[in-house]
Amino acid sequence: MSLLSDLVNLDLSSSTEKIIAEYIWIGGSGVDLRSKARTLPGPESDPSKLPKWNYDGSSTNQAPGEDSEIIIYPQAIYKDPFRRGNNILVMCDAYTPQGDPIPTNKRHNAAKIFSHSDVIAEEPWFGIEQEYTLLQKDVKWPIGWPIGGYPGPQGPYYCGTGADKAFGRDIVDAHYKACLYAGINICGTNGEVMPGQWEFQVGPSEGIAAGDQVWVARYILERITEIAGVVLSFDPKPIPGDWNGAGAHTNYSTKSMRSDGGFDVIRKAIGKLEKRHKEHMAAYGEGNERRLTGKHETADMNNFKWGVANRGASVRVGRETEKANKGYFEDRRPSSNMDPYVVTSMIAETTIIWQP
Amino acid sequence: MALLTDLLNLDLSSLTDKIIAEYIWIGGSGMDLRSKARTLSGPVSDPSELPKWNYDGSSTGQAPGEDSEVILYPQAIFKDPFRRGNHILVMCDAYTPAGEPIPTNKRAAAAKIFSNPEVEKEVTWYIYILFNFAHQFSLKTATFQPNFLNNLGVDRYGIEQEYTLLKKDVHWPLGWPQGGFPGPQGPYYCGIGADKAFGRDIVDAHYKACLYAGVNISGINGEVMPGQWEFQVGPSVGISAGDELWVARYILERITEIYGVVVSFDPKPIPGDWNGAGAHTNYSTKSMREEGGYEIIKKAIEKMGLRHKEHIAAYGEGNERRLTGRHETADINTFLWGVANRGASIRVGRDTEKEGKGYFEDRRPASNMDPYVVTSMIAETTILWNKS
Repeated sequence: MSLLSDLVNLDLSSSTEKIIAEYIWIGGSGVDLRSKARTLPGPESDPSKLPKWNYDGSSTNQAPGEDSEIIIYPQAIYKDPFRRGNNILVMCDAYTPQGDPIPTNKRHNAAKIFSHSDVIAEEPWFGIEQEYTLLQKDVKWPIGWPIGGYPGPQGPYYCGTGADKAFGRDIVDAHYKACLYAGINICGTNGEVMPGQWEFQVGPSEGIAAGDQVWVARYILERITEIAGVVLSFDPKPIPGDWNGAGAHTNYSTKSMRSDGGFDVIRKAIGKLEKRHKEHMAAYGEGNERRLTGKHETADMNNFKWGVANRGASVRVGRETEKANKGYFEDRRPSSNMDPYVVTSMIAETTIIWQP
Repeated sequence: MALLTDLLNLDLSSLTDKIIAEYIWIGGSGMDLRSKARTLSGPVSDPSELPKWNYDGSSTGQAPGEDSEVILYPQAIFKDPFRRGNHILVMCDAYTPAGEPIPTNKRAAAAKIFSNPEVEKEVTWYIYILFNFAHQFSLKTATFQPNFLNNLGVDRYGIEQEYTLLKKDVHWPLGWPQGGFPGPQGPYYCGIGADKAFGRDIVDAHYKACLYAGVNISGINGEVMPGQWEFQVGPSVGISAGDELWVARYILERITEIYGVVVSFDPKPIPGDWNGAGAHTNYSTKSMREEGGYEIIKKAIEKMGLRHKEHIAAYGEGNERRLTGRHETADINTFLWGVANRGASIRVGRDTEKEGKGYFEDRRPASNMDPYVVTSMIAETTILWNKS
């Protein structure tokens, strides 16, 4: 099929100034990504200069048929690793024609929180560890697993190598380079404890950019699994039983936490998170109760617990942070299908703005 | 097959000035595209400098065996994305040796309508939504100049071509299980992932190939029914809206040929709770784009309503299977228009309503419509025709 790839890989820069912009938005379920492309007259790097666009909200469960237009506002630009050249990916959020954010638009509120002067002053940094599972296409059973059966128990797979331990590495490696190419701050990958499960980390990103980057990284990942003929799952407990779930641990620090004596600030912040445990849990992803059982390196859903180097805790503080008396902490509660706009802004809101 | 691709991709420019021209025409069904190639002595960019040619009309249902020659008149040139180099695609229309357009040649009559002084005066723009948005949000780029095009005195159209990809030997949509159906519509519109988007390589190859060729392709998206896609062509100038759409269809079918998949322009490929395929046509005239344009739009839509039956008869075979009043269509026997209403025959965008001027979208044409017929008929009804 080399003629087809010749066309897909055509470098148009010698024939035209025009570029292709792929506009990306979040659909009606709050987790489904949608996109469509348009031609622009020339290269663009400033999202505020890109035209707003619209889509058929009645086809994504976000508007009725008689009044179906939803407007998408470009918020962030990344280089398109699939079309390359000067072509771009554009992360958008969705509004009614009157200019109000639609209910599934969580970015709008997050942006408000991140533009609060107290939050800006604290320079909140996020590092998000996105776990995910790869499933065989027609049977929706994890890749590498025998059909109608199970692989050997967990143990050999975490960071493992070999055809009997690592399944789908091509997807992971393609994703890593594609994200770096796009301008996403991807800082690492690893094979996870459950076979067929992987993790990538995005960060450190400041403020609203953390959410933008995780969503676009997810988009790039699903486009790559589409090419590979494999299905991507962000379900927090894809296989019940003695198999790890999938989370999106969120590492966090503010300017004060990173400065000398910051460990004290960290302790106070964790104290505030404990007081709002129920509110956070309600916003940390659907189905999380199947994952946060207290087993498989999680803390039970109903209990808030924190500790140094404790992977069975809700919040974990690293040994180096304890030793240096400053640093960051890891909120291990968010599930893999969390909305990063919601989680990052809520952590910032609770620890910086909220008073008990 | 490394040797075969080497040959296919041979760059001849260092050895010879000769180029290959692929002449394209529409066959006897009014929908089937045909083409054949010839060598020319050097690069050509003006269609009037290309030689007329002929083909065997008795093999395409367009002439009897005893008098089979049909003459091809070159009308538009595009760069050939398959042969690249200086090679070209040539869109043609068909005439008898005596110089009369043959019955399936709809371009000739369309060209007459577009050169009518009343139509030229109105500067019909089948303006694409892209233009409207850019104009509103002050996109400051040199090439993005509605006024520039206004001054040129040209007609503009924006056509949204939907199509379905089918597996080759079974003619069942790509990505659908053999002997069964995928999960119901919902996840597929603009969707991504191996379980939601089928055939993206074709769509992406087509996008770049059209841009390379010089076809004014303005966007693409995955459609509501799985295995169905859409591309938009526009803004295109007058008669060339039809030329560009036909060449875009040609390029698409050549690409599906490479991929081993069949492209269908049937308006309702799968009966039941599955969307059909249309070719929504966006349109505006000079008066519609100026202050008070919304009144002109309403008058134009009223005229379209009075000629609803005539338009529907020319808007594509089999459309009655698609225009049921469900699946984002208006019933074929009903003429209905509305703002942001996807269940209407004609939809006016919210931005047009707000600005008091703009364009409208005729949602009635089927995916297998002839763009020469549809574009010229809309111009004729709204500009030339008077209710009498």
